Order: sequence, then C-alpha cells, then structure tokens
Amino acid sequence: MSDNKKIDEIISTDYKFGFHTDVENVYDTGRGISEEVVRKISAFKNEPEWMLNIRLEAYHEFAKMNWPKFGPSLDSINFDEYIYYIKSSKGVEKSWNDVPDAIKDTFDKLGIPEAEKKYLAGVSTQFESEVVYHNTLKELEDLGVLFCDTDTAVKKYPEIVKEYFSKIVPANDNMFAALNTAVWSGGSFIYVPKGVKLEKPLQSYFRINTEQMGQFERTLIIVEDEGSLHYVEGCTAPQYSKDSLHAAVVEIFVGEEGYCRYSTVQNWSNNIINLVTKRTLVKARGHMEWIDGNIGSAINMKYPACILAGEGAKGTTISIAFAGNGQYQDTGAKMIHLAPNTTSQIISKSICRGGGKVNYRGLVKHTKKAYNSKSHVECDTIILDDISTSDTVPTNIVENDSSYIEHEATVSKVSEEQLFYLMSRGLTESQATEMIVMGFIEPFAKELPMEYAVELNQLIKLEMKDSIG
Amino acid sequence: MSKLVIKDLHVSVEGKEILKGVNLELNTGEFHVIMGPNGTGKSTLASTIMGHYKYVVTKGSILLDGEDVLKMTVDERSRKGLFLAMQYPAEITGVTNSDFIKTAMHARLKDGETLPLMKFIRSLDKACEELKMRDDLPHRYVNEGFSGGEKKRNEILQMKLLRPKFAILDEIDSGLDVDALRIVGENVNDMKSDDFGALIITHYERLLDYIKPDYIHVLMNGKVVKEGGLDLMERIDQEGYDWIKEELGIEDDDTPNITSNILGTCATKVALKGEDK
Repeated sequence: MSDNKKIDEIISTDYKFGFHTDVENVYDTGRGISEEVVRKISAFKNEPEWMLNIRLEAYHEFAKMNWPKFGPSLDSINFDEYIYYIKSSKGVEKSWNDVPDAIKDTFDKLGIPEAEKKYLAGVSTQFESEVVYHNTLKELEDLGVLFCDTDTAVKKYPEIVKEYFSKIVPANDNMFAALNTAVWSGGSFIYVPKGVKLEKPLQSYFRINTEQMGQFERTLIIVEDEGSLHYVEGCTAPQYSKDSLHAAVVEIFVGEEGYCRYSTVQNWSNNIINLVTKRTLVKARGHMEWIDGNIGSAINMKYPACILAGEGAKGTTISIAFAGNGQYQDTGAKMIHLAPNTTSQIISKSICRGGGKVNYRGLVKHTKKAYNSKSHVECDTIILDDISTSDTVPTNIVENDSSYIEHEATVSKVSEEQLFYLMSRGLTESQATEMIVMGFIEPFAKELPMEYAVELNQLIKLEMKDSIG
Repeated sequence: MSKLVIKDLHVSVEGKEILKGVNLELNTGEFHVIMGPNGTGKSTLASTIMGHYKYVVTKGSILLDGEDVLKMTVDERSRKGLFLAMQYPAEITGVTNSDFIKTAMHARLKDGETLPLMKFIRSLDKACEELKMRDDLPHRYVNEGFSGGEKKRNEILQMKLLRPKFAILDEIDSGLDVDALRIVGENVNDMKSDDFGALIITHYERLLDYIKPDYIHVLMNGKVVKEGGLDLMERIDQEGYDWIKEELGIEDDDTPNITSNILGTCATKVALKGEDK
C-alpha cells in the first residue's frame, strides 16, 4: 500500500518527475566533444591505457560516421552543446548513509528505498554520470557474482572487461555506439559465473539531473554457461526545456544453456533524445529475454537485438512503446539466427495519442546455417485519436529452406463495442478506455516485477489522462 | 419502487427504421417478457434503452423515474440503475473479470461509500457459486475464451453484483444447455424484489419455467402488437406467430435480413427469416 501511495505522490506532482534537486557538480568537462575531452574523461577516471585507447579509437570512428538513414529526424542534436562528463559525488558509495542528502531526497521521491527493501538483491544507482550508491549483498559475493558500476569493473576486473567490452557492439557499429564508447561513464557490470542461478532480480536505477547533459552509460553483462540472471533497469528523469542526449550501450553475453532477462521501463522526460544500442550474443541452448518498455523521451530509437549464435539458442523480446504529444517512438527488435534450431519470439505493443508517432521497426534474419529455425513476430498497435500515427516496418529474411517466420500485425482504434460494454457497466469513457489500454499492455506488464508493473500502470494512466477530451 | 416508461419509441439503424412506435411501462417488482419473430426489433429495443451507439432514436422518449434516459450517456444510464445483459458481450483482453467487476462496482458507489476488498471478494465468490461458475473465472480475461454458456452466466453474475433497478436480458437463454438454463433462470428469478424488475427478451419458453413473468408483449414489425399473460406465451410456443399476423392483418416486413447463426430451438420455427439484429 505504501508503495502505491509513494507512486501516487510522485505522479500527482504537476511537474511529473520534473523535480530538480540542487546538487553541486564536482567536476565537468565543459560543453562539446573533442579528443581532448575524451582524454580528460579517461584521465579523470584514472583509467588504464587500454581503455583510453578504446575510447580514442571510438572517438575517431565517431568523427567519421554518418547519421542514421532511417527513423526520426535527429536534426535537433548539436554535439557541441552537450556536457559529456559530470561527476556529482565523490566516489562510489557503499552504504546508503553516506549518500549526500540532496541525492537521497531525489531517490526518495522515486521510492527507491522501498524498492530496495522488498526484493533487491543488490542496488547500483546511477545519479548523473557516476554511480553514487552501490550495495552488493553478501549473498551475491558468496556466489561469486560480480555486480558493480562499469568504471569500477575496468579497474577491478580488467581481464573480464577486456575480453567482452565492445565485442558485440563494436564502436563502428553505429554513430551513437561510437559516441558512447568514446565518452561512456557509469552503467552496470554484472558477471554471473558458470552454473550460478540468481533467483531474485538485480535492479538499478538511473537518473539524469543536469540540463543539457548527455548520459552515456555502458552496461556489460556476462552470464556464463548454465548461469541465470534477471536484471532490472529503471529510469526517470527531470523535465527541462532543452534537449538532452542519452546514448547508452548494453552488451550481454549468454553462455551455453545460460539465461538472462533484462527488464527496463524507460521513462525519460519528454525532452530527451534516447538512442540506445542493446545487443546479446546467445550461445547454444542459451536464452535471452528483453522486456523493454518505452514511455518517455522525445525521440527514442531502440531495437534490442539477439544474435543467436549457438545451436538451439533462443531469443525473446516483449516490448511496449507509448507515444504521446510531441513524442516519436521508433522501437522494435532484432533477431539474427546464425545456428540451427534456433527460435525467437517478438511481441510488440504500441500505443499512440495526442499526435504522437510510434513505429515498430524490426529485423528477423535466418541465415543459411540457421536451418530448422523458427520465429514468431506479433505487433499490435492501438491509436487513440485521429492525429496520432503508427507504422510497422518489419524486415524478414530467410536464407535457408527449412526455417520459417510468422509475422502478425494489427492496428486498431479502441473498439466501440468494447467501450459500449464497459460503459454499460457504469465506467466512464475515460475509465473504459484506460481499462482497454491496460489490458492491451498486460502481456508486457505481467512480465515485470510487481512494483514495476504497478509503477508502469500508474505511468500509463497518467499519460492517458489528457488523452480523452 | 422505480418506473421505466417507454413512449412512442422510433429507432433507426443505418437509416432504416426498426422500431416504429413502441410503448412499454415497467415497474420494479415486475418481470416483462418480449417475444416476437426474428428481425422485428427486440434486440434493437434492448440496445436502445442502454444507449448503444449504432441506434438512433428519431422520436419518442424513455423515462426512468421521470428522468430523461435519452439524454444520459451509456455509463450514466448504468449508474442510474439500468443494466443490459448482452447477447454477444465484448471480450476485453488483458483485463481480469474480477478487476472489471470491481471497477464497475466502484463506479456506482455514492460519495462516502466504500467497497472493502474482502467484502468484494466474498460477494464475488458467493455470486459465482450461486451461478455454479468455474473457480478460475474471476482471474480469466473478460469473456475471452468463454464458452457461450459462460458468457451468459458472466452477464448474470454482473447483474447480481451491480444490482440494477431494471435489467434487460437480451436472449440470455440462447446457447445454454438445460442445466445452465435452470441455473440462470433461478438466479434471475431470485433477484425479483420491490427494487428490481426485468425486461426479458426470449424465444425460448423453457426459460420461463424458471422465471415467472407477469406480462408478455409481442413485438412485430417494430411495434408491440399484442399483450397478455402466460397463456399468450404458451399459444405462441405451440403455434408460432402466424395466427397473430392473421388476426391483426400484419404483413411481413419485406426487407430481407442477413441471416447469421441461429441458436436455440426457436431456430427451427423461423429458420427462413433473418436472425434478430
């Protein structure tokens, strides 16, 4: 009950996550990007030379690269305007008590301590560019699970980071992966040893708190053979008038018969441009699940991918995207089948209203070697008014003759028969619409841990509030 | 005690006039039955009272305790005490039956009233038991994957929990087997009280073994053409409607209706005429 109250409190503020906590920035690199800025970031973090070299190489790739040739216009991005690194707190905190009060206050508004009490196995909370609060339970340590911010991992576990960092998302993959690789800061590092199965989800909150600040987290997750992990990332951001760029990279490696589920509900404020590259390499009989919610941000481009590299590997993406006034959600999923008997499933639910645009953009590819593979794609869209739009842009490629791909797509308005039915039981039109939409996203919501599902429901209801006249 | 008065009601669907001046008066504590061949406007009458968007009232009035029903939105009608048990209730994917019913019950609470969760669960369980519904019903999505009989029972379940003043039952008996028919019939009959009345649309005399009607109205070509008691119903069940047509000199409406699936035993009698729309 107290969780609900907390959430109600949060969403009932006029500003809707627009609260801004005054925190003195300890250090920043100033506006703009250059080789100099990249060197400064690395130097400030006292990084080993190999990481500086990765950054520099990526920066030079970035300088050569072109804008994406699809999706929303990114004209509003001016790379010279962003601050690429800000440090707001001295060092990584282990105990909640040591976290500065102003930061705590912000987290209180987000209800993080409550979340932690419940079923957190470990917390890594990112505030601006640096992880300020980090708590790993002994339980995890005993199992040999490594969970820290990626900066710490570079210093403490260089051999593991060297082996995997930038291997499945190389810097030259795309412009924003290159940018991230050059200036990344923070993000989570998780290593699950062979055969270790974590029953409770690991969680992390992210937060942007400075105007025009880019945030470039770098997450690296390795689940060794027969290991099992559910990682939950959540984020909310304050509302500002000027654009802020967020370009994260998430790399995940799932070993043979390993399992990883990565759940996230992205709710950046509606002025943020969110351009994320998420990719997993799945070995034989391993299984990767992306549970991916997209509610916030002005422009969002995100297509979580699974590279099914080993025989019998499995990939799943269940996603929702909500585009309201002024929002452009261009999201989807990619499943690349490289080995025989691999299977994948994509369930995508999109909602738009108030002139928002929501697209599903997906790629399913079965290569020559991926014989006897199967894919199932389901894309459903609800358009809540006459001024909002949606496109479905699927690409399906099969290069052998024993695989098959099923693709189903529906686009609908809220059905009048359903509205009539619910209203005939006394629900107002807006209650009825809300109920139909909540039902529509249920296949996604039910995959989330309880408190996230509650929060998601509240957020969607809030987004819906001004959608019905 | 409440009163529902329908006066000279004319209703069109997609430009075609279906009801051509219907008059009816219902009090709580009374059960009224509407009979009539398929395609004569019985379901149109039911849907119009509830305010379905497809039906346009061109003339006449509906008053509930003196208040103008036609000026109310669908949800207002519900909260004022009208209920329609539908022939083809919609499916709502992802919404559990219990969430739906709870929301509907909340919607009609008056200021200061509350519905404690435990009280809700107890009353839902009790109603499910009385209707002999499957245990998992509250947790299934609204009407999704329900059999025809389950859908009908689900409508009656909502009626029991929402406690309307007037329930309109639109062919609630179609698609029910004998046992289900008895259960549904008995549950409706048990609702009868000074605060509850019903308008029952049926083809099926058997339902009336369990629901004791007070008045029978025969609807033909968009009008109530004959009224009476149980004896009228029995004669219709045995002889059909032709004698009424002859007696009153009624010509069949010559506009053909599109025939779809016909459920229930009445189908044999009227198989050649379109199904009620």
